[in-house]
Amino acid sequence: MLIEVDDVTHVYDDGGRGRTVLEDLTLRADEHRIGVVGANGSGKSTFARLLNGLVLPTAGAVRVDGLDTADDGRAVRRRVGFCFTDPDAQIVMPTVREDVAFGLRRRGLTRDEVDERVDAMLEEHGLSAHADHPAHLLSGGQKQLLALASVLVTGPDLLVMDEPTTLLDLRNAARVAETVARLPLQVVLVTHHLDLLAGFDRVLVFDEGRLVHDGAPDAAVGHYRALMAALP
Amino acid sequence: MSGSTLGLYRPGTTVLHRLPAGVKLGGLLAAGVGSIWTRDPLTTSALLAVGVTGLAVARVPAGVVLRQLRPLLVLAAVLAIFHVVVSGPERAYVVVGVLLALVLLATVVTLTTRTTALVDVVVRVAGPLRHVGLDVERLGLLLALGVRSVPVVIGLAEEVRDAQRARGLAASPTAFAVPLVVRSLRHADRVGEALAARGLDD
Repeated sequence: MLIEVDDVTHVYDDGGRGRTVLEDLTLRADEHRIGVVGANGSGKSTFARLLNGLVLPTAGAVRVDGLDTADDGRAVRRRVGFCFTDPDAQIVMPTVREDVAFGLRRRGLTRDEVDERVDAMLEEHGLSAHADHPAHLLSGGQKQLLALASVLVTGPDLLVMDEPTTLLDLRNAARVAETVARLPLQVVLVTHHLDLLAGFDRVLVFDEGRLVHDGAPDAAVGHYRALMAALP
Repeated sequence: MSGSTLGLYRPGTTVLHRLPAGVKLGGLLAAGVGSIWTRDPLTTSALLAVGVTGLAVARVPAGVVLRQLRPLLVLAAVLAIFHVVVSGPERAYVVVGVLLALVLLATVVTLTTRTTALVDVVVRVAGPLRHVGLDVERLGLLLALGVRSVPVVIGLAEEVRDAQRARGLAASPTAFAVPLVVRSLRHADRVGEALAARGLDD
């Protein structure tokens, strides 16, 4: 899907004062794997949230597959799934099965169709044995896989992930990364784990609200490392 | 994270698992209302027997039942002592017995029924309130989120308490309450954002 960001600026209200977190951002992206890196507060999470209309630009426009996130928010969210850093905040139902099924409500599916889709998704993510377990008793990695399964069950065309491995240990981070690598759909991955970007088609580097580098993973990661090393 | 059993539906195929959630909730409601008029030890014993039989039929392990009852034991002991002194042992048995029986019955219902099935019943029962402007599906989601949030908030409280101890502030209620409230509100914010991302309002 084509992501179009046209001259976007986003300003947060910071106690009455405006704080600009993204400035004059323009880009086109339709690659299969797009990475986003940058220091904390660089604007990368805001960029991710712009893509499914969680955040609307203060100025400019964001379109996904030709749909404006401000005017067609509902249609955009049906096509763009979003995975957050903290799965505990994303899991909204008490048990694993119920949480995966949550995204399928109001989709006009019968109970059997919902069960079928949920079972397939749990199987695919290695969660079948935990289907009726309380979500809060899962490990961190399993929770993130559940959060992922709960998004993917709705069949999005684009998956945006905001630092999905930041709270995980190396083994669980690798597990989530392997799962993401196998996904057939387009992915935008915001991360601090630079090794996850190997094999990506394109990596964007953000710094202080601006896109400062846009290119292949090796060059982009090199640019980002140099940027961080230059900080006082 | 907490070992809370809240929301701990135990999968099974017993007759109680297969019984519609509405019937189970209705039965629990009837027992609760009926308990108001329970005055004699025989009825109390019958109610307790129903609760214990329910747990046996649902094949709930004794350890799970004890975990459910543990928080209640102090209250039950205080109530028992009070009533033995004030109104006699028979009244003490009725009051504490009815309380325990209702908790056992509630345990049977929650352990044999998925939260979504319970929420569906509430949404169905509250259906007519749509006509006065109540969003009953939102009400159902609120209930499910409430159940889901309990272990999260308990987990946050444990983290705050650990941080408090690490900094030598073990006896300060303010140092406990303020960060817990702040973190809970922050969590609520993130849940709200996640619900929006998952199309709650779509």
